[in-house]
Amino acid sequence: MQERPKPLKISVRLRPVIFILLLLGLWQVAVILHPHQLLPGPWKTAHGIADLVRHGLLVKYVVASLFRVTWGFFLAVVIAIPLGLAIGWYRRAEMAFNPILQVLRPISPLAWIPIAILWFGVGDLAAVFLIFVGCFLPLLLTVINAVQGVPAVYINAGRNFGLGPVALMRRVLYPAIVPRLMTGLRITLGVAWLVVVAAEMIAVNSGLGFLIVDARNAGNRYDLVLAGMVLIGVVGLLLDNGVRSLEKAKALRWSYSEEH
Amino acid sequence: MSTRQTIEAAANSMPASAPGLRTKLRANGVNMTFNRDGKSMSVLENIDLEVGDGEFVCLLGPSGCGKSTLLSTIAGFLAPTSGEVSIDGEAVRGPDPRRIFVFQERGVFPWLTVEGNIGFGLGKLTRSERAQRIEHYIKMVGLEGFEKSYPHELSGGMKQRVEVARALAVNPDVLFLDEPFGALDSITRMIMRGELLRIWEAERKTILFVTHDIDEAVQLADRVVVMSARPGRIQQIVPIDIAHPRDISSPHYLELRDGILNQIGLAHGI
Repeated sequence: MQERPKPLKISVRLRPVIFILLLLGLWQVAVILHPHQLLPGPWKTAHGIADLVRHGLLVKYVVASLFRVTWGFFLAVVIAIPLGLAIGWYRRAEMAFNPILQVLRPISPLAWIPIAILWFGVGDLAAVFLIFVGCFLPLLLTVINAVQGVPAVYINAGRNFGLGPVALMRRVLYPAIVPRLMTGLRITLGVAWLVVVAAEMIAVNSGLGFLIVDARNAGNRYDLVLAGMVLIGVVGLLLDNGVRSLEKAKALRWSYSEEH
Repeated sequence: MSTRQTIEAAANSMPASAPGLRTKLRANGVNMTFNRDGKSMSVLENIDLEVGDGEFVCLLGPSGCGKSTLLSTIAGFLAPTSGEVSIDGEAVRGPDPRRIFVFQERGVFPWLTVEGNIGFGLGKLTRSERAQRIEHYIKMVGLEGFEKSYPHELSGGMKQRVEVARALAVNPDVLFLDEPFGALDSITRMIMRGELLRIWEAERKTILFVTHDIDEAVQLADRVVVMSARPGRIQQIVPIDIAHPRDISSPHYLELRDGILNQIGLAHGI
Protein backbone atom coordinates (compact mmCIF):
# COMPACT_ATOMS: atom_id res chain seq x y z
CA MET A 1 0.00 0.00 0.00
CA GLN A 2 1.40 3.38 -0.89
CA GLU A 3 0.27 6.83 0.01
CA ARG A 4 -1.52 8.74 -2.66
CA PRO A 5 0.64 11.66 -3.81
CA LYS A 6 -0.89 14.97 -2.88
CA PRO A 7 -2.03 17.15 -5.79
CA LEU A 8 0.63 19.74 -6.50
CA LYS A 9 -0.04 23.33 -5.62
CA ILE A 10 -0.91 25.58 -8.54
CA SER A 11 2.19 27.70 -8.04
CA VAL A 12 4.34 24.56 -8.37
CA ARG A 13 2.49 23.43 -11.47
CA LEU A 14 2.97 26.83 -13.07
CA ARG A 15 6.73 26.80 -12.59
CA PRO A 16 7.62 24.99 -15.83
CA VAL A 17 5.21 27.18 -17.79
CA ILE A 18 6.80 30.31 -16.36
CA PHE A 19 10.25 28.96 -17.19
CA ILE A 20 9.27 28.26 -20.80
CA LEU A 21 7.78 31.76 -21.16
CA LEU A 22 11.01 33.18 -19.77
CA LEU A 23 13.08 31.29 -22.34
CA LEU A 24 10.78 32.40 -25.14
CA GLY A 25 11.16 35.97 -23.95
CA LEU A 26 14.97 35.67 -23.95
CA TRP A 27 14.84 34.17 -27.43
CA GLN A 28 12.67 37.04 -28.69
CA VAL A 29 14.99 39.63 -27.13
CA ALA A 30 18.05 37.95 -28.67
CA VAL A 31 16.43 38.00 -32.11
CA ILE A 32 15.55 41.69 -31.76
CA LEU A 33 19.13 42.51 -30.76
CA HIS A 34 20.54 40.70 -33.83
CA PRO A 35 18.13 41.56 -36.65
CA HIS A 36 20.35 40.20 -39.44
CA GLN A 37 20.33 36.58 -38.29
CA LEU A 38 18.34 34.12 -40.43
CA LEU A 39 17.02 32.38 -37.30
CA PRO A 40 13.50 33.66 -36.60
CA GLY A 41 12.14 34.40 -33.14
CA PRO A 42 9.28 32.68 -31.35
CA TRP A 43 6.77 35.11 -32.76
CA LYS A 44 7.69 34.32 -36.36
CA THR A 45 7.77 30.62 -35.52
CA ALA A 46 4.21 30.87 -34.25
CA HIS A 47 3.35 32.58 -37.51
CA GLY A 48 4.96 29.68 -39.34
CA ILE A 49 2.74 27.21 -37.49
CA ALA A 50 -0.30 29.37 -38.31
CA ASP A 51 0.80 29.33 -41.96
CA LEU A 52 0.89 25.54 -41.93
CA VAL A 53 -2.58 25.40 -40.42
CA ARG A 54 -3.90 27.81 -43.09
CA HIS A 55 -2.58 25.65 -45.92
CA GLY A 56 -3.91 22.48 -44.30
CA LEU A 57 -0.37 21.15 -44.06
CA LEU A 58 -0.12 20.85 -40.28
CA VAL A 59 -2.69 18.09 -39.93
CA LYS A 60 -1.58 16.47 -43.17
CA TYR A 61 2.09 16.25 -42.18
CA VAL A 62 1.48 15.20 -38.59
CA VAL A 63 -0.90 12.48 -39.78
CA ALA A 64 1.60 11.34 -42.43
CA SER A 65 4.37 11.00 -39.84
CA LEU A 66 2.11 9.29 -37.31
CA PHE A 67 0.86 6.89 -39.98
CA ARG A 68 4.41 5.69 -40.72
CA VAL A 69 5.35 5.45 -37.04
CA THR A 70 2.18 3.50 -36.26
CA TRP A 71 2.81 0.90 -38.95
CA GLY A 72 6.52 0.50 -38.36
CA PHE A 73 6.04 0.32 -34.60
CA PHE A 74 3.03 -1.99 -34.84
CA LEU A 75 4.84 -4.46 -37.09
CA ALA A 76 7.86 -4.46 -34.81
CA VAL A 77 5.70 -5.10 -31.72
CA VAL A 78 3.66 -7.86 -33.34
CA ILE A 79 6.75 -9.73 -34.53
CA ALA A 80 9.18 -8.98 -31.71
CA ILE A 81 6.98 -10.06 -28.77
CA PRO A 82 6.19 -13.65 -29.84
CA LEU A 83 9.67 -14.13 -31.30
CA GLY A 84 11.29 -12.74 -28.17
CA LEU A 85 9.16 -15.00 -25.96
CA ALA A 86 10.21 -18.04 -27.98
CA ILE A 87 13.90 -17.11 -28.14
CA GLY A 88 13.98 -16.22 -24.47
CA TRP A 89 12.30 -19.47 -23.51
CA TYR A 90 14.42 -21.83 -25.54
CA ARG A 91 17.98 -21.44 -24.31
CA ARG A 92 19.43 -22.97 -27.43
CA ALA A 93 17.60 -20.50 -29.65
CA GLU A 94 18.97 -17.69 -27.55
CA MET A 95 22.49 -19.02 -27.94
CA ALA A 96 22.01 -19.27 -31.71
CA PHE A 97 20.48 -15.81 -32.17
CA ASN A 98 22.48 -13.80 -29.69
CA PRO A 99 25.68 -13.16 -31.74
CA ILE A 100 23.80 -11.89 -34.78
CA LEU A 101 21.59 -9.68 -32.61
CA GLN A 102 24.64 -8.19 -30.93
CA VAL A 103 26.18 -7.38 -34.33
CA LEU A 104 23.02 -5.81 -35.71
CA ARG A 105 22.25 -3.82 -32.59
CA PRO A 106 24.89 -1.06 -32.86
CA ILE A 107 23.96 -0.31 -36.50
CA SER A 108 21.94 2.90 -36.53
CA PRO A 109 18.58 2.51 -38.24
CA LEU A 110 19.65 5.44 -40.44
CA ALA A 111 22.41 3.31 -41.94
CA TRP A 112 19.61 1.26 -43.48
CA ILE A 113 18.30 4.25 -45.51
CA PRO A 114 20.04 3.33 -48.78
CA ILE A 115 18.86 -0.27 -48.49
CA ALA A 116 15.35 0.84 -47.61
CA ILE A 117 15.21 2.99 -50.77
CA LEU A 118 16.77 0.22 -52.83
CA TRP A 119 14.14 -2.27 -51.73
CA PHE A 120 11.07 -0.13 -51.38
CA GLY A 121 11.77 3.00 -53.48
CA VAL A 122 10.99 6.49 -52.29
CA GLY A 123 7.73 6.29 -50.39
CA ASP A 124 5.87 5.25 -47.28
CA LEU A 125 7.10 1.67 -47.33
CA ALA A 126 10.74 2.71 -47.08
CA ALA A 127 9.97 4.93 -44.07
CA VAL A 128 7.88 2.21 -42.42
CA PHE A 129 10.71 -0.26 -42.96
CA LEU A 130 13.24 2.08 -41.33
CA ILE A 131 11.02 2.57 -38.30
CA PHE A 132 10.50 -1.18 -38.09
CA VAL A 133 14.27 -1.71 -38.16
CA GLY A 134 14.75 0.92 -35.47
CA CYS A 135 12.13 -0.60 -33.15
CA PHE A 136 12.41 -4.31 -33.78
CA LEU A 137 15.84 -5.08 -32.33
CA PRO A 138 15.55 -3.09 -29.09
CA LEU A 139 12.11 -4.59 -28.49
CA LEU A 140 13.27 -8.11 -29.24
CA LEU A 141 16.21 -7.76 -26.86
CA THR A 142 13.95 -6.30 -24.17
CA VAL A 143 11.57 -9.25 -24.46
CA ILE A 144 14.38 -11.86 -24.47
CA ASN A 145 16.00 -10.34 -21.39
CA ALA A 146 12.68 -9.96 -19.63
CA VAL A 147 11.76 -13.61 -20.25
CA GLN A 148 15.08 -14.73 -18.83
CA GLY A 149 14.40 -12.62 -15.77
CA VAL A 150 11.01 -14.21 -15.03
CA PRO A 151 11.30 -15.89 -11.59
CA ALA A 152 11.51 -19.67 -11.90
CA VAL A 153 8.73 -20.03 -9.34
CA TYR A 154 6.12 -18.67 -11.82
CA ILE A 155 7.34 -20.97 -14.56
CA ASN A 156 7.30 -23.98 -12.23
CA ALA A 157 3.82 -23.10 -11.02
CA GLY A 158 2.62 -22.82 -14.63
CA ARG A 159 4.17 -26.17 -15.55
CA ASN A 160 2.69 -27.73 -12.42
CA PHE A 161 -0.80 -26.81 -13.62
CA GLY A 162 -0.12 -28.69 -16.82
CA LEU A 163 0.68 -25.85 -19.25
CA GLY A 164 2.56 -26.74 -22.44
CA PRO A 165 5.09 -24.33 -23.99
CA VAL A 166 2.56 -22.22 -25.91
CA ALA A 167 0.13 -21.90 -23.00
CA LEU A 168 3.04 -21.16 -20.71
CA MET A 169 4.16 -18.28 -22.93
CA ARG A 170 0.66 -16.87 -23.21
CA ARG A 171 -0.47 -17.29 -19.60
CA VAL A 172 2.74 -16.96 -17.59
CA LEU A 173 5.73 -15.57 -19.49
CA TYR A 174 3.87 -12.84 -21.35
CA PRO A 175 2.00 -11.40 -18.34
CA ALA A 176 5.13 -11.71 -16.23
CA ILE A 177 7.14 -9.52 -18.60
CA VAL A 178 4.45 -6.89 -19.25
CA PRO A 179 5.90 -4.33 -16.80
CA ARG A 180 9.33 -4.46 -18.41
CA LEU A 181 7.73 -4.63 -21.82
CA MET A 182 5.86 -1.39 -21.15
CA THR A 183 9.14 0.39 -20.41
CA GLY A 184 10.62 -1.09 -23.57
CA LEU A 185 7.62 0.03 -25.63
CA ARG A 186 7.93 3.56 -24.34
CA ILE A 187 11.61 3.82 -25.16
CA THR A 188 11.08 2.21 -28.55
CA LEU A 189 8.25 4.51 -29.50
CA GLY A 190 10.60 7.40 -28.78
CA VAL A 191 13.15 5.83 -31.12
CA ALA A 192 10.46 5.41 -33.78
CA TRP A 193 9.64 9.09 -33.57
CA LEU A 194 13.34 9.99 -33.94
CA VAL A 195 13.72 7.71 -36.94
CA VAL A 196 10.63 8.90 -38.79
CA VAL A 197 11.93 12.47 -38.99
CA ALA A 198 15.24 11.31 -40.44
CA ALA A 199 13.53 8.91 -42.84
CA GLU A 200 11.20 11.61 -44.09
CA MET A 201 14.09 13.93 -44.83
CA ILE A 202 15.31 11.48 -47.46
CA ALA A 203 12.80 8.85 -48.41
CA VAL A 204 9.43 10.59 -48.81
CA ASN A 205 7.65 13.80 -49.81
CA SER A 206 5.47 14.49 -46.79
CA GLY A 207 5.61 14.49 -43.03
CA LEU A 208 7.33 16.64 -40.45
CA GLY A 209 10.85 15.58 -41.45
CA PHE A 210 10.11 16.44 -45.06
CA LEU A 211 8.68 19.81 -43.93
CA ILE A 212 11.96 20.76 -42.31
CA VAL A 213 14.16 19.86 -45.28
CA ASP A 214 11.71 21.27 -47.79
CA ALA A 215 11.35 24.58 -45.93
CA ARG A 216 15.10 25.07 -46.00
CA ASN A 217 15.56 24.02 -49.62
CA ALA A 218 12.62 26.01 -50.94
CA GLY A 219 13.70 29.50 -49.93
CA ASN A 220 15.26 29.29 -46.49
CA ARG A 221 11.93 29.40 -44.61
CA TYR A 222 13.52 28.98 -41.21
CA ASP A 223 10.26 29.91 -39.53
CA LEU A 224 8.82 26.69 -40.98
CA VAL A 225 11.92 24.72 -39.97
CA LEU A 226 11.44 25.80 -36.38
CA ALA A 227 7.68 25.23 -36.62
CA GLY A 228 8.43 21.66 -37.71
CA MET A 229 10.83 21.16 -34.81
CA VAL A 230 8.30 22.46 -32.30
CA LEU A 231 5.62 20.14 -33.68
CA ILE A 232 7.97 17.14 -33.52
CA GLY A 233 8.67 17.91 -29.87
CA VAL A 234 5.01 18.34 -28.97
CA VAL A 235 3.78 15.21 -30.75
CA GLY A 236 6.65 13.18 -29.26
CA LEU A 237 5.66 14.34 -25.80
CA LEU A 238 2.03 13.40 -26.39
CA LEU A 239 3.02 9.92 -27.60
CA ASP A 240 5.12 9.37 -24.51
CA ASN A 241 2.29 10.50 -22.26
CA GLY A 242 -0.04 8.11 -24.06
CA VAL A 243 2.15 5.09 -23.29
CA ARG A 244 2.72 6.28 -19.75
CA SER A 245 -1.01 6.37 -19.09
CA LEU A 246 -1.18 2.73 -20.26
CA GLU A 247 1.36 1.86 -17.59
CA LYS A 248 -1.00 3.08 -14.94
CA ALA A 249 -3.78 0.66 -15.89
CA LYS A 250 -4.97 -1.31 -12.88
CA ALA A 251 -3.98 -4.71 -14.22
CA LEU A 252 -0.38 -3.49 -14.57
CA ARG A 253 -0.11 -1.71 -11.29
CA TRP A 254 1.29 -4.72 -9.42
CA SER A 255 4.81 -4.21 -10.67
CA TYR A 256 4.92 -0.59 -9.69
CA SER A 257 4.20 -1.22 -6.07
CA GLU A 258 6.59 -3.12 -3.89
CA GLU A 259 6.94 -6.64 -5.24
CA HIS A 260 5.68 -8.92 -2.48
CA MET B 1 -7.51 -42.20 12.66
CA SER B 2 -7.08 -45.34 14.76
CA THR B 3 -4.85 -47.14 12.26
CA ARG B 4 -2.82 -44.00 12.02
CA GLN B 5 -2.18 -44.11 15.74
CA THR B 6 -1.21 -47.73 16.07
CA ILE B 7 2.33 -47.08 15.10
CA GLU B 8 4.81 -49.15 16.93
CA ALA B 9 8.28 -47.99 17.72
CA ALA B 10 9.53 -50.53 15.20
CA ALA B 11 8.54 -48.12 12.46
CA ASN B 12 11.50 -46.03 13.49
CA SER B 13 13.80 -48.43 11.76
CA MET B 14 14.19 -48.71 7.98
CA PRO B 15 12.57 -49.29 5.56
CA ALA B 16 10.66 -46.06 5.68
CA SER B 17 7.23 -47.34 4.93
CA ALA B 18 3.84 -45.87 5.56
CA PRO B 19 1.97 -47.78 8.25
CA GLY B 20 -1.38 -49.30 7.49
CA LEU B 21 -2.14 -47.21 4.44
CA ARG B 22 -2.03 -47.86 0.70
CA THR B 23 1.31 -46.58 -0.57
CA LYS B 24 0.79 -43.37 -2.51
CA LEU B 25 4.30 -42.27 -3.18
CA ARG B 26 7.65 -44.00 -3.13
CA ALA B 27 11.21 -42.75 -3.44
CA ASN B 28 13.56 -45.58 -4.23
CA GLY B 29 17.31 -45.13 -3.81
CA VAL B 30 17.20 -41.48 -4.87
CA ASN B 31 20.60 -39.83 -5.27
CA MET B 32 21.16 -36.30 -6.43
CA THR B 33 24.50 -34.81 -7.39
CA PHE B 34 24.94 -31.21 -8.50
CA ASN B 35 27.89 -29.98 -10.47
CA ARG B 36 29.09 -26.60 -9.41
CA ASP B 37 32.28 -25.01 -10.78
CA GLY B 38 33.50 -28.38 -11.96
CA LYS B 39 33.11 -29.90 -8.51
CA SER B 40 30.42 -32.46 -8.00
CA MET B 41 28.49 -32.26 -4.79
CA SER B 42 26.24 -34.94 -3.40
CA VAL B 43 23.02 -33.33 -2.20
CA LEU B 44 20.85 -36.37 -1.61
CA GLU B 45 22.18 -39.79 -0.78
CA ASN B 46 20.22 -42.99 -1.07
CA ILE B 47 16.80 -41.71 -0.07
CA ASP B 48 14.18 -44.40 0.49
CA LEU B 49 10.77 -43.18 1.54
CA GLU B 50 7.19 -44.33 1.32
CA VAL B 51 4.22 -42.11 1.97
CA GLY B 52 0.76 -43.53 2.48
CA ASP B 53 -2.44 -42.31 0.83
CA GLY B 54 -3.82 -39.39 2.83
CA GLU B 55 -0.80 -39.24 5.09
CA PHE B 56 0.74 -36.00 6.35
CA VAL B 57 4.54 -36.27 6.32
CA CYS B 58 7.00 -33.57 7.31
CA LEU B 59 10.55 -33.45 5.98
CA LEU B 60 12.59 -31.84 8.74
CA GLY B 61 16.18 -30.74 8.64
CA PRO B 62 18.57 -27.79 8.88
CA SER B 63 18.84 -25.38 5.96
CA GLY B 64 20.88 -26.78 3.13
CA CYS B 65 20.20 -30.41 4.04
CA GLY B 66 18.56 -31.08 0.70
CA LYS B 67 14.99 -31.37 1.93
CA SER B 68 13.70 -28.84 -0.64
CA THR B 69 15.70 -30.60 -3.35
CA LEU B 70 14.08 -33.87 -2.31
CA LEU B 71 10.64 -32.27 -2.48
CA SER B 72 11.33 -30.78 -5.94
CA THR B 73 12.55 -34.17 -7.12
CA ILE B 74 9.46 -35.97 -5.85
CA ALA B 75 7.31 -33.28 -7.48
CA GLY B 76 9.06 -33.86 -10.81
CA PHE B 77 10.76 -30.47 -11.20
CA LEU B 78 14.18 -32.11 -10.90
CA ALA B 79 15.26 -35.49 -12.18
CA PRO B 80 17.28 -37.58 -9.72
CA THR B 81 20.85 -38.49 -10.69
CA SER B 82 19.94 -42.07 -9.90
CA GLY B 83 17.02 -43.85 -8.31
CA GLU B 84 13.35 -43.38 -8.99
CA VAL B 85 10.28 -41.67 -7.65
CA SER B 86 6.92 -43.24 -8.31
CA ILE B 87 3.43 -42.12 -7.45
CA ASP B 88 0.56 -44.61 -7.60
CA GLY B 89 3.07 -47.06 -9.02
CA GLU B 90 3.80 -44.76 -11.96
CA ALA B 91 7.28 -43.27 -12.40
CA VAL B 92 7.36 -39.48 -12.03
CA ARG B 93 8.64 -37.83 -15.22
CA GLY B 94 7.66 -34.22 -14.59
CA PRO B 95 5.24 -32.00 -12.74
CA ASP B 96 1.60 -32.96 -12.97
CA PRO B 97 -1.65 -31.18 -12.07
CA ARG B 98 -2.63 -34.17 -9.92
CA ARG B 99 0.05 -33.11 -7.45
CA ILE B 100 0.51 -29.44 -6.78
CA PHE B 101 3.54 -27.74 -5.34
CA VAL B 102 2.89 -24.82 -3.01
CA PHE B 103 5.81 -22.42 -2.94
CA GLN B 104 6.08 -19.82 -0.21
CA GLU B 105 3.59 -17.11 -1.10
CA ARG B 106 6.02 -16.07 -3.86
CA GLY B 107 4.24 -18.45 -6.21
CA VAL B 108 1.04 -16.40 -6.46
CA PHE B 109 0.82 -14.71 -9.87
CA PRO B 110 0.94 -10.95 -9.21
CA TRP B 111 -0.82 -10.10 -12.48
CA LEU B 112 -3.97 -12.02 -11.59
CA THR B 113 -6.62 -11.23 -9.00
CA VAL B 114 -7.39 -13.64 -6.16
CA GLU B 115 -10.13 -15.14 -8.35
CA GLY B 116 -7.85 -15.36 -11.35
CA ASN B 117 -5.16 -17.10 -9.31
CA ILE B 118 -7.49 -19.65 -7.78
CA GLY B 119 -9.07 -20.35 -11.16
CA PHE B 120 -5.71 -20.63 -12.93
CA GLY B 121 -5.71 -24.42 -13.20
CA LEU B 122 -9.42 -24.71 -14.02
CA GLY B 123 -9.28 -24.00 -17.76
CA LYS B 124 -11.10 -27.22 -18.64
CA LEU B 125 -14.24 -26.53 -16.61
CA THR B 126 -17.28 -24.66 -17.87
CA ARG B 127 -17.67 -21.09 -16.77
CA SER B 128 -20.24 -21.83 -14.08
CA GLU B 129 -18.40 -24.84 -12.66
CA ARG B 130 -15.30 -22.74 -12.53
CA ALA B 131 -17.03 -19.90 -10.70
CA GLN B 132 -18.50 -22.39 -8.25
CA ARG B 133 -15.16 -24.01 -7.56
CA ILE B 134 -13.48 -20.63 -7.05
CA GLU B 135 -16.20 -19.53 -4.66
CA HIS B 136 -15.95 -22.76 -2.66
CA TYR B 137 -12.21 -22.43 -2.12
CA ILE B 138 -12.30 -18.70 -1.47
CA LYS B 139 -14.70 -19.52 1.34
CA MET B 140 -12.57 -22.42 2.56
CA VAL B 141 -9.50 -20.24 3.01
CA GLY B 142 -11.52 -17.29 4.34
CA LEU B 143 -10.89 -14.74 1.60
CA GLU B 144 -14.48 -13.67 0.96
CA GLY B 145 -14.56 -10.05 -0.12
CA PHE B 146 -11.09 -10.17 -1.67
CA GLU B 147 -12.08 -11.90 -4.94
CA LYS B 148 -11.09 -8.92 -7.07
CA SER B 149 -7.98 -7.93 -5.11
CA TYR B 150 -4.50 -8.21 -6.55
CA PRO B 151 -1.80 -9.99 -4.52
CA HIS B 152 0.07 -6.75 -3.80
CA GLU B 153 -3.01 -5.58 -1.94
CA LEU B 154 -2.91 -8.62 0.38
CA SER B 155 -0.84 -9.52 3.44
CA GLY B 156 1.66 -12.38 3.38
CA GLY B 157 -0.73 -14.75 5.14
CA MET B 158 -3.53 -13.94 2.68
CA LYS B 159 -1.24 -14.55 -0.30
CA GLN B 160 -0.33 -17.90 1.22
CA ARG B 161 -4.03 -18.76 1.49
CA VAL B 162 -4.48 -17.83 -2.16
CA GLU B 163 -1.75 -20.22 -3.13
CA VAL B 164 -3.14 -23.05 -1.04
CA ALA B 165 -6.62 -22.42 -2.51
CA ARG B 166 -5.19 -22.37 -6.04
CA ALA B 167 -3.58 -25.74 -5.34
CA LEU B 168 -6.71 -27.29 -3.80
CA ALA B 169 -9.00 -25.98 -6.55
CA VAL B 170 -7.63 -28.44 -9.12
CA ASN B 171 -8.42 -31.25 -6.68
CA PRO B 172 -4.96 -32.84 -6.58
CA ASP B 173 -4.23 -36.10 -4.71
CA VAL B 174 -0.95 -34.81 -3.35
CA LEU B 175 0.18 -31.44 -2.02
CA PHE B 176 3.84 -30.52 -1.74
CA LEU B 177 4.50 -27.63 0.61
CA ASP B 178 7.97 -26.10 0.74
CA GLU B 179 8.31 -24.14 3.98
CA PRO B 180 4.98 -22.56 3.15
CA PHE B 181 4.71 -20.53 6.34
CA GLY B 182 8.38 -19.59 6.64
CA ALA B 183 7.89 -15.96 5.69
CA LEU B 184 4.91 -15.35 7.99
CA ASP B 185 4.94 -13.84 11.45
CA SER B 186 4.63 -16.35 14.29
CA ILE B 187 0.97 -15.65 15.09
CA THR B 188 -0.14 -15.94 11.46
CA ARG B 189 1.98 -19.06 11.19
CA MET B 190 0.11 -20.71 14.08
CA ILE B 191 -3.24 -19.81 12.53
CA MET B 192 -2.18 -21.13 9.13
CA ARG B 193 -1.09 -24.45 10.65
CA GLY B 194 -4.55 -24.83 12.15
CA GLU B 195 -6.17 -23.96 8.83
CA LEU B 196 -4.01 -26.44 6.95
CA LEU B 197 -4.95 -29.23 9.38
CA ARG B 198 -8.62 -28.32 9.07
CA ILE B 199 -8.39 -28.47 5.27
CA TRP B 200 -6.41 -31.70 5.39
CA GLU B 201 -8.99 -33.36 7.63
CA ALA B 202 -11.76 -32.20 5.27
CA GLU B 203 -10.08 -33.23 2.00
CA ARG B 204 -7.64 -35.98 3.01
CA LYS B 205 -4.93 -35.12 0.54
CA THR B 206 -1.54 -36.73 0.85
CA ILE B 207 0.72 -33.96 2.12
CA LEU B 208 4.49 -33.70 2.01
CA PHE B 209 5.59 -30.69 4.00
CA VAL B 210 9.14 -29.32 4.21
CA THR B 211 10.14 -27.38 7.29
CA HIS B 212 13.14 -26.57 9.45
CA ASP B 213 10.92 -25.90 12.45
CA ILE B 214 10.75 -28.87 14.84
CA ASP B 215 7.61 -27.66 16.57
CA GLU B 216 5.87 -27.17 13.26
CA ALA B 217 6.74 -30.72 12.22
CA VAL B 218 5.58 -32.28 15.48
CA GLN B 219 2.37 -30.26 15.52
CA LEU B 220 1.36 -31.19 11.98
CA ALA B 221 2.71 -34.51 10.83
CA ASP B 222 1.70 -38.14 11.10
CA ARG B 223 5.36 -38.91 10.64
CA VAL B 224 8.42 -36.67 10.77
CA VAL B 225 11.28 -37.53 8.45
CA VAL B 226 14.45 -36.20 10.07
CA MET B 227 17.20 -35.45 7.57
CA SER B 228 20.90 -34.92 8.15
CA ALA B 229 22.92 -32.35 6.25
CA ARG B 230 25.46 -32.76 3.47
CA PRO B 231 24.85 -35.08 1.89
CA GLY B 232 21.15 -35.21 2.72
CA ARG B 233 20.22 -38.56 4.19
CA ILE B 234 17.22 -39.77 6.10
CA GLN B 235 18.43 -39.99 9.66
CA GLN B 236 15.30 -41.22 11.34
CA ILE B 237 11.55 -41.35 10.85
CA VAL B 238 9.50 -40.45 13.90
CA PRO B 239 5.79 -41.32 14.01
CA ILE B 240 3.76 -38.73 15.91
CA ASP B 241 1.02 -40.79 17.50
CA ILE B 242 -1.04 -37.98 18.99
CA ALA B 243 -4.56 -37.27 17.79
CA HIS B 244 -5.47 -33.83 16.48
CA PRO B 245 -6.02 -31.28 17.94
CA ARG B 246 -2.70 -31.80 19.67
CA ASP B 247 -1.98 -30.55 23.13
CA ILE B 248 1.40 -28.97 22.64
CA SER B 249 2.24 -28.98 26.33
CA SER B 250 1.37 -32.65 26.94
CA PRO B 251 4.25 -34.84 28.18
CA HIS B 252 4.09 -37.09 25.13
CA TYR B 253 4.32 -34.14 22.72
CA LEU B 254 7.35 -32.80 24.58
CA GLU B 255 8.90 -36.24 24.67
CA LEU B 256 8.61 -36.63 20.89
CA ARG B 257 9.91 -33.12 20.30
CA ASP B 258 12.88 -33.60 22.62
CA GLY B 259 13.58 -36.93 20.98
CA ILE B 260 13.90 -35.19 17.63
CA LEU B 261 16.00 -32.41 19.15
CA ASN B 262 18.39 -35.03 20.47
CA GLN B 263 18.38 -36.78 17.15
CA ILE B 264 19.49 -33.59 15.44
CA GLY B 265 22.16 -33.19 18.08
CA LEU B 266 20.72 -30.25 19.93
CA ALA B 267 20.41 -30.68 23.66
CA HIS B 268 17.26 -28.98 24.87
CA GLY B 269 17.70 -25.97 27.07
CA ILE B 270 19.77 -23.54 25.07
